[in-house]
Amino acid sequence: MAGIEVRSLRKHFGDLHAVDGVDLSIRDGEFLVLLGSSGSGKTTLLRMIAGLERPTSGEIHIGDLRVDGDVPPRARGIAMVFQSYALYPHRTVFQNIAFPLEASRVPKRQIEEKVRWAAEMFSITRYLDRYPRQLSGGERQRVALCRALVRDPKVFLLDEPLANLDAKLRNTARDDLKRFQRQIQTTTVYVTHDQVEAMGLGDRIVVMERGKVRQVGTPQQVYEHPVDTFVATFVGQPPMNLLDAGDPSLPPRTLTGFRPEHFLPKSVFGSGADLRTFRFAVRRVEYLGSDRYVYGSVAGSDASAPAPTIIAKLPATIAMAIPEGETHEFAVPRHALRYFDADTGLSREV
Amino acid sequence: MTHRRRFADREDLLGAVMLAPALGYVILLVGVPFVFAILLSFSNATAGSLSFGWTGLGNYAAILGDPIFLRALRNSVVVTVGSQVLVVVLATAAAQVFRATFRGKRFARFVLLLPWAVPVSLAAIAWTWIFDSTFSVINWTLKAAGLLHGWLYWLGDPALALLAIIIVQAWRIFPFATVIVLAGLSSIPQEIVEAAIVDGAGFWRRLFQVELPLLLPVVAVAVLFGVVYTATDLGVVYILTGGGPANTTHVLPTLAFQRGILGADLGQGAAIAVFLLPFLIVVAIGMLRLAHRTEVGGAR
Amino acid sequence: MKRVALYAAAAGLVIFAGFPFYWMLITAFKQNRDLYVGASDLSHIPWIFNDPPTLEHVKLLFGQTDFPRWVLNTLVVVVAVVVITVAVAVPAGYSLARLVGRWGERMGMGIFFTYLIPPTLLFVPFSRLISLLHLQDSLGALILIYPTMTIPFCTWLVMGFLRSVPWEIEEQAMIDGYSRLAVILKVAPRLIVPGILTVVVFTFTLVLQEFVYALTFISSVDKMTVSLGVPIALVRGDVYHWGALMAAALFTSIPLAIVYSAFMDRFIQGFTMGAVKG
Repeated sequence: MAGIEVRSLRKHFGDLHAVDGVDLSIRDGEFLVLLGSSGSGKTTLLRMIAGLERPTSGEIHIGDLRVDGDVPPRARGIAMVFQSYALYPHRTVFQNIAFPLEASRVPKRQIEEKVRWAAEMFSITRYLDRYPRQLSGGERQRVALCRALVRDPKVFLLDEPLANLDAKLRNTARDDLKRFQRQIQTTTVYVTHDQVEAMGLGDRIVVMERGKVRQVGTPQQVYEHPVDTFVATFVGQPPMNLLDAGDPSLPPRTLTGFRPEHFLPKSVFGSGADLRTFRFAVRRVEYLGSDRYVYGSVAGSDASAPAPTIIAKLPATIAMAIPEGETHEFAVPRHALRYFDADTGLSREV
Repeated sequence: MTHRRRFADREDLLGAVMLAPALGYVILLVGVPFVFAILLSFSNATAGSLSFGWTGLGNYAAILGDPIFLRALRNSVVVTVGSQVLVVVLATAAAQVFRATFRGKRFARFVLLLPWAVPVSLAAIAWTWIFDSTFSVINWTLKAAGLLHGWLYWLGDPALALLAIIIVQAWRIFPFATVIVLAGLSSIPQEIVEAAIVDGAGFWRRLFQVELPLLLPVVAVAVLFGVVYTATDLGVVYILTGGGPANTTHVLPTLAFQRGILGADLGQGAAIAVFLLPFLIVVAIGMLRLAHRTEVGGAR
Repeated sequence: MKRVALYAAAAGLVIFAGFPFYWMLITAFKQNRDLYVGASDLSHIPWIFNDPPTLEHVKLLFGQTDFPRWVLNTLVVVVAVVVITVAVAVPAGYSLARLVGRWGERMGMGIFFTYLIPPTLLFVPFSRLISLLHLQDSLGALILIYPTMTIPFCTWLVMGFLRSVPWEIEEQAMIDGYSRLAVILKVAPRLIVPGILTVVVFTFTLVLQEFVYALTFISSVDKMTVSLGVPIALVRGDVYHWGALMAAALFTSIPLAIVYSAFMDRFIQGFTMGAVKG
């Protein structure tokens, strides 16, 4: 069990700065998610912690041990689950899980015990004699987790382990994973590009873009108080609406932001609510079952620039009709408004 | 407007027409002679006359009682197995070396390919010169290094000559095997190797427990081709020793040539060559098995 | 430490693979008195030029032997066999890959297996056939027989190659109005030029390397190919002219080696694609 310290970490591939100065403090026992799109550096960062990539500069500490030098992966007390699970195809499930123990020369009887213990934890005991090719994706993923578990690592590293599962499976797998981590309380670093996954799993989320950390915080902090426009639009589906509201009371070059679920017909709000009203020209309504997405544009923006598409997210509980092609009065509670500098993208208080 | 199916659209007909010359060639000039060769082994045909008389198993009985043939059969096995073992060792080592990057790699790669590229007969004549009784540069080097105190009459001594043949076969085939193994190594998913690294496996454990098992289909292909190229080879032995000294280093192909072509005894020549078939059938079955295994998704 | 072991292994392998060629090189240009010194004489180092190099062996090779004639013979055979092979194997490979469906795969494998039937089995019936056709001791025999080796393998090469060329382009052409035949004649060639090139190169190297059939069918020195003439006929009486021999070996090996280096990857793709990927 150990925390991880990352200081001024950089990884350059020639001119490409894959990781461009990252500082992180990961607490012991925490489930930390590295969230970003491809090229954000999240996987490179994970691999440097694992020891599969050498940092160009900076420090990594796992517990008391400084590892950014020549410390090989097996000496770092880590276990890793790869996106493809990387099971050994020519070995049975039992032999797969036993492999790291054999490499550490654990005596045979102990290996047997440990493998069975891990297999029971993930309910795959009946698969022990099968080969990976005979298992489904979800089963293979559990084998990979078992293999990671048997080493009693101080840190779990997971590289998009749910990416190869069907959408339906992903939800239950997510739940299983979180409960499992809560149970064994090992520090876990989890890489994903799926922000729903990140929000659902992480104790804290690290939002990364182009090698840099944009924001670190709990899901709630990241969602409700994004530190810049990138985080604001990356986290949340549909993304936060951003526009120049043409509000003279705001400093110039300020963007106003509000999330689609806060953008509702004015009549929904009670009287006396502190609201910012908009005239919403509705273009199209999508009926998605539990929600309706309403696409349109808002008057009052800068007339010379093309109007950005604004999205409203109406839950099914709001049943009123929203005819397309008409303009409606929509509003956002003032406490839900966020402001950003139009040039730097950073959030600002107003 | 209705379209009559013109010839240009008849895919099945087009396919047949395009395939016909090749099929014809193969059937007429490979299939038929193949069958004919087997038939010949049961005959007393000679190259001189056009006669063809059945002798049943006479040829086979004759050669199986002939110590020279039995020796040739044994030699074929010894040379094939010996050289392929050497090839596997050399190719695995070479593949490991050529995975890494190092200075001069392009040049090294070029040199490594030379034994495979050069015509068999020319390589054989060069090695004959290298093993020459009086002028052998190998003997000189060994003596200069203090490793040799007597003298090695390479091509004059039956055992040494066989060893020389094995060396030459391994020498000319291992580059080919190396390239195949290298291709196989690069097809092993990198994540599996990395998983092994993270799991704590060192270099040797990774090599023997992860990489080599996954390489087995590819190594098998290399070995199968190597077996074919060695067992059916005539040039190396013919030029190096001609089957001598005193018929002690004959292999099946050279003996078949000596009896069947030089000696004009087509029947016996065919019978001797037929003994190559078991080698080749094993190879064919091996390749079919491999192809089937990967279809069913053996090691994915 | 690991680095040192790597370089040592690389050096060892390269020396093992290459020293015969270095030996060829030296022998070809050494004066006879530098060459024919008994190997038991440790004071004379055979690996270097103790006397200045000479061109006399090369002059002998090109001036006083049939080597130039053999080169010509070889070229004639090469060109003829390449033409035959391309004309036969390429359409066949295309047919098997595109036109014949399920059993095309099986047939392709079957054709490939005939490649495994060794010359040392077939030369017995072939010698009968050749004498029947009155082709003995002629280049025609080689031109007739060599395609039996090249066609099976090249058909399989083209098949394998076509598997990696998307057929959508041809289908698109057919939707656009071309008939299948027109597609074959107009569109497909450009797509499979690399495949055809590999066939040409493979055939070229196979003809240059072939020894068994040449040995079986050719007996006159002036009809020999390089691969046959050099080891068999560069002998005066009982004496091997090693200098000239090695020069011939060298001059033949170098162009082949260059060709191989350039095309190695393609060949290996051909070998492994069919057998391993199924």
